[in-house]
Amino acid sequence: MKHSDPNKLVSVRAGQQGHFRTLRNSTPFQARIDALMRTDEWYTWAGCKAPSSIWDEELEYFAIRSQAALFDISPMIKYHIEGKEAEAFLNRVTLRNVAKLKPGRVHYTAWCNDEGHVLDDGTLFRLSRERFRLCCQERHLPWLLDSAIGFDVTVTEETEAIAGLALQGPTSFAVLRDAGFEGVDQLKVFDLAGFPHEGGSVTISRTGFTGDLGYELFVDRKLALSLWDRLWRAGEPRGLRAIGYAALNRARLEAGLIVANADFVTAEHAIRADRVRMPDEIGLGFMVDLEKPHFNGRRAIQLARTRGTMRHILVGLEIEGNIPAEHAIVYHRGKREVGLVSAAIWSPMAKRNIALASLERPYGDTITGDLWVEIYAMRELRYQKLMKRAKVVPRPFIKLERRTVSPPADF
Amino acid sequence: MRSAGSGDCARMNHLGLATFPWLVSRARQNCVTRAVRALEQGGTDKHMKKWDAIVIGAGHNGLVNACYLQRAGLDVLVLEKNEWIGGAATSRSLTPGFLYSNCSYVCSLFRPEIMRDLELPRFGLQVISYEGGAVFTQDGDYLANYRDHDAHRREFARFSPRDAEAYDRYARDVTRQCRFIQPLLMRTAADPTSFRPRDISELMYLGKKFAGLGATEMADTLRFWTMSISDFLDEYFETDVIKANFALSGIIGTALGPMSPGTAYVLLHHYMGEVDGSVGAWGYARGGMGAVTKALAASFEASGGTIRTGAEVDHVLIRNGRAEGAVLAGGEEIYGKLVISNADVKRTFLKLVEAKELPDIFLRRVKNFKMRGSSGKVNIALDSMPEFPALPKDSPVYRGDMHFTDSVERMERGYDDWKAGRWSADPFLDMVIPTTLDPTMAPPGKHFMSCFVQYCPPKVEGREWTDADRDAFGETVISQIADYSPGFRDRIVHMEVRTPRELEAEVGLTEGNIFQGELTFDQLLFNRPVPGYAQYRSPVGGLYMCGSSTHPGGGVMGAPGRNAAAEILRDLSRGTKHMSPAHDVI
Repeated sequence: MKHSDPNKLVSVRAGQQGHFRTLRNSTPFQARIDALMRTDEWYTWAGCKAPSSIWDEELEYFAIRSQAALFDISPMIKYHIEGKEAEAFLNRVTLRNVAKLKPGRVHYTAWCNDEGHVLDDGTLFRLSRERFRLCCQERHLPWLLDSAIGFDVTVTEETEAIAGLALQGPTSFAVLRDAGFEGVDQLKVFDLAGFPHEGGSVTISRTGFTGDLGYELFVDRKLALSLWDRLWRAGEPRGLRAIGYAALNRARLEAGLIVANADFVTAEHAIRADRVRMPDEIGLGFMVDLEKPHFNGRRAIQLARTRGTMRHILVGLEIEGNIPAEHAIVYHRGKREVGLVSAAIWSPMAKRNIALASLERPYGDTITGDLWVEIYAMRELRYQKLMKRAKVVPRPFIKLERRTVSPPADF
Repeated sequence: MRSAGSGDCARMNHLGLATFPWLVSRARQNCVTRAVRALEQGGTDKHMKKWDAIVIGAGHNGLVNACYLQRAGLDVLVLEKNEWIGGAATSRSLTPGFLYSNCSYVCSLFRPEIMRDLELPRFGLQVISYEGGAVFTQDGDYLANYRDHDAHRREFARFSPRDAEAYDRYARDVTRQCRFIQPLLMRTAADPTSFRPRDISELMYLGKKFAGLGATEMADTLRFWTMSISDFLDEYFETDVIKANFALSGIIGTALGPMSPGTAYVLLHHYMGEVDGSVGAWGYARGGMGAVTKALAASFEASGGTIRTGAEVDHVLIRNGRAEGAVLAGGEEIYGKLVISNADVKRTFLKLVEAKELPDIFLRRVKNFKMRGSSGKVNIALDSMPEFPALPKDSPVYRGDMHFTDSVERMERGYDDWKAGRWSADPFLDMVIPTTLDPTMAPPGKHFMSCFVQYCPPKVEGREWTDADRDAFGETVISQIADYSPGFRDRIVHMEVRTPRELEAEVGLTEGNIFQGELTFDQLLFNRPVPGYAQYRSPVGGLYMCGSSTHPGGGVMGAPGRNAAAEILRDLSRGTKHMSPAHDVI
């Protein structure tokens, strides 16, 4: 099966030549974000120009936790998977049991190569019995297409065709209801449904990356701006603000969620042989369903479990003091190096200094006492070196009742 | 050209005549002649200059070697047959206002450790990274390579969304292999048959690095070193032009086609270089590739070394199985305690050393060493920037490398012509316009274009090249460019066409092979150039090799010259503290 198209009109191909003039693509919501942009702080997300912050990184965080925040997730990589055997195909590719994922539901999953090393994590949306959307951080088209051989299924990359928004925060439900999405109150956590919009449809799911009450909305690129405007009109009286990634990153860390290629290295990008991770090594072991039929990596994961060769573990840490321990080295008894902090913040919701860390077992697994982190805090051109006690704690670091309560409240 | 002065003057000095004016002032010709003869034959006269080391050939490896030896306190003489230096890394002005990179034309492999050790930046070396490139397709489009990762992916996606997303995996695998090989470049290859502690520890180092790879990577390493580039690329990509885009690095300078086993390694060889830590990047040496050897020569002379140009070595002077100097084409004898040949292994042992001095098996292996001419070079002075209607006017591709071969099959057909003893009717070109980034090589608004051309046989259907053949070969190249660039011919001010005949006659490369021997697995590491002689020494005492025929091979890398110097200094029990070890690969 060939996926390049030699017959694709040269004129079509030639018409796409000019992309080199714009190295960072605009998202479908660029016009709205540009209009709100005050800090002019951008980063690159999957080749798109994405805001780090829009007006104030700290205050943007509080918009998530007190009112509602709108975050553009359009650059997220998206694949449309459709066909009679779509379920069987996804069951073969991913770790969780897709047969248990009912139409109108979403689940968080991951997928591995044959050696059981995680290629990526992401969310799988079951739009109907035979239609799925897979959202993730990295690109996997060759992997998905090669895995699809023998299945009655089509895989289409739809990242640019579909615009996405995350609407998160205590008033997010009220915003949606006021915007006229009738029946949105029926959505329980991880439910999804289609709602009419401007002659088309918007898929709304009760999902998010903040640990808060929130929703994600997916819509055809051409309906993107009208969707934004519809939310914005309804949201203004309820304190809706647009936010950048820095604020979202704080919220996700409080929720204890990991980010591919920030908290672990994906198998297709790891240059060094020892950097790859199995699901159990990054806290995703719960996804592995050994009851279901064969899936990629199954044998390797099973073997590693039997032999006890899972060498790493990803844990939540609570660290004394209030100085974030980002990228600090973790020690046992203050001497033996046992791991690294991949993300850390002072949590405003938990009022604690929290972190995600990868440790070498048995540390963090059977040995959890006497762990320390060495923090190098640069203060006016001098490193203040701090050795702080760290405690392994369960994730998420915060649990908000409003996230799951159904029907959701107004705030 | 060189400050060391004319050959005659240096010869006078060497014979000590200038310091004994009474000898000259008596001016009895026969007396002088007798004196000279006595000096040349006896070689024991106390006034006789005997160099600590004589390096044959002022190519980049010869000069790197000479620099390191001179800096170790040796008194070193470099002999160069041409009136200019540089070997295949040279910049010459053949038409007013223009400077050509006559042979090699881009820089990536040259080791930064050497640049730093020998203070080359102080002596004028500057390498400028360039911006990708493109393959023109026959349907009027092109496939570009951009430095920006996302632009690169979007460009591939114009042809195949699948291949666009396959690039990361390809890049990861190639990077892994490069990281494995890179540290080996600056180390002498271990002799697997030796029980010397150094060889054993070197083998253990290799074994340990190999064991550090994952199971899949180990398999990949062996596959990489033996597969064809075409088969290798088939595992990642499905689009012809995308495969062609990568395949070219697997055949450059090699007398193999993209479907020949072994060419995957050649690709690695072109990827393991760097420009300032950016691994795999290529750049232009400011002032052409001659800037590399010019800086080396300046560094060498600043540390007290001597270069004689116009001094072609006829043969190595060997007495009692030991190299004692070199005899120039004119008959002049120059004495040295050591002789180091920058010439390729065939030229060194089949031309510069008499067969009777060499063991049979060694000689046979040298004769069988694969070193076949496969490429040519066309250098063009242009009075204006050529236009390529397929390319947008503001495309960065003009500043990178451009190609016209849009399928692996076309490359293979080009190779078929070579096998039949003809140059490719539809050749593969690696074309760059360095003056887009380097203002020193042409007047403002005018340009120097360098075209590397493959395939080009060492002999035309079994007979020697003629000037008419050479011109026809040049015409094949120009007509290919003109197909994609209307009005190209009208811009040409001057042209230098070089076939293997010119490369051998001028640079001294046997058959014009740019790597001084194929980079196939049977001719790498402890098998390069000959098993048992992979550590820069030869069967003749005091005679060493330092050219690209030795480990780690060709390209303007300098590593063979450096590694040879380390072995020589070891033999002399001299320190090598002035030689940086390979940079860490972490």
